[in-house]
Amino acid sequence: MIELQGISVSQGDFQLESLSLTVPSGGEAVLMGGNGAGKTTVLEVICGLRKPSSGSVRLGGKDVTTSPPGSRGIGYVPQDRSLFPNLNVFENLAFALRVRGAERSVTRNRVNELAEQLGLTPLLSRDVRSLSGGESQRVAIGRALVFEPSVLLLDEPTSALDENTRRQTTELLINLKSQLKMTTLHVTHRRDEAAQLADRIYELRRGDLHLIADSSEEESVAEET
Amino acid sequence: MADHPPSNRRCNKVTKSMGDRSAPKRKSDAVFFAVTGGLSSCYVLLVLLLLIADVRFVSPSAFLEAVAKPEIRSSIELTLLTCTTAAILSLWVATPLGYLLSRFEFRGRWIIEALVDIPMVLPPLVLGLSLLILFHQPLSLFGAGSSSLEEWIRQTVGIGVTHHWPAIVLAQFTVASAFAVRTMRVAFDQIDPRGEDIARTLGCTRGQAFLRIAMPQASRGLVAATAIAWARSLGEFGPILVFAGATRMRTEVLSTSVFLELSVGQLDAAVAVSLLMVAMATAVLLVLRLAGTKLSR
Repeated sequence: MIELQGISVSQGDFQLESLSLTVPSGGEAVLMGGNGAGKTTVLEVICGLRKPSSGSVRLGGKDVTTSPPGSRGIGYVPQDRSLFPNLNVFENLAFALRVRGAERSVTRNRVNELAEQLGLTPLLSRDVRSLSGGESQRVAIGRALVFEPSVLLLDEPTSALDENTRRQTTELLINLKSQLKMTTLHVTHRRDEAAQLADRIYELRRGDLHLIADSSEEESVAEET
Repeated sequence: MADHPPSNRRCNKVTKSMGDRSAPKRKSDAVFFAVTGGLSSCYVLLVLLLLIADVRFVSPSAFLEAVAKPEIRSSIELTLLTCTTAAILSLWVATPLGYLLSRFEFRGRWIIEALVDIPMVLPPLVLGLSLLILFHQPLSLFGAGSSSLEEWIRQTVGIGVTHHWPAIVLAQFTVASAFAVRTMRVAFDQIDPRGEDIARTLGCTRGQAFLRIAMPQASRGLVAATAIAWARSLGEFGPILVFAGATRMRTEVLSTSVFLELSVGQLDAAVAVSLLMVAMATAVLLVLRLAGTKLSR
């Protein structure tokens, strides 16, 4: 579960005031908003890369507001992917496990399993700088998933992809959602993608967060009637 | 089919108009390249003429004779030792300082940047004099005992600094570090810090993100900083003369050998040592450039 309570961030002219957001355990919420609205800032606050000036971040009921990013158990897929150019595809995927000191055989098996799932097996020895947009997006997703995080943050995972690759990536995300049951917060511009993936849709407008759709509530109302 | 002719006409028009524009463009290009190339070649030619003049001045036998002198041999050994030590020490300072200046905004950063640049702009003799004063000033001025830093080191470690080989390393290190810091800072500036952020979300501490992500990408910068620090150390003379002195076979490095040979009227030997320094600097730069090219692949 992701809970943001009264989060405020201020940097120069940019300000987010007292944002609150909840993503239930195992659920998927989508955060929408125009360019520069602060969507990426919200993700950075959750994963600990940016300190809020006030408010708290709770993950699975635990206050992590002051915890370092690495101890939060979050898989983060940034918008620009930020693959490590000094490492090949296998090494990028294995990164989080190696940092955690996992045994070589465990790392190899897990990376191979994930590569199979994401269709990356033929690319494992490739230099990440030679990958296409869709391939590097799958590597970025795999790198974030390899250590089985409890929370996944996706920052516009289908932006800058052609229509076909975008459709494939959305299908992959839908499959992962049904298989992994992780709590996911997903930033996107696309309403169709939001409708396909999310239980809840939030929109960030002029520094305020609005809940604009909640299918989990609709489902529970439908069940009651 | 009926659509083609007008479209072809449009193409012809475009080609013609481009052709019209490209003619004066070629002329302006020629003027541009003549001016920039002419001015650039003046300097390149000057350096080339300097080297040719040196080579023509010394006969191979005079060169070999000069290099065979025991003082020069000792000077070569001390130069290799001190330059390498100073370059290695510079990297130990330049890598973390370059990284901090590149990545973090903090209060007083401009003061640190200005202080780091001072050894680059300070007259070399003033730098040597400052080192000399620092080591011989009573420590009581800094609120710690009445002996000087020189005496304290002599008592603690058992060797002196001023007018000994450590003074050469320290003088070289002071200047070389400033250049190495600047090089490393530029190297880190060119690396997207986002990768280190992502590494931290994947479980790295700041230190691990630096070592696993930033440092491997900065390898070319590291090679460049080593080359610059080594070459600067090789060329250092003023601070060494003041702080370490120019005692033959003791605090004599190649730059001081040139001075000593000149001061006793041995012009042949001075030029021979100069040529040797040019060869050493070129060799180091070539080796490091090759290593840098390999690392970038």
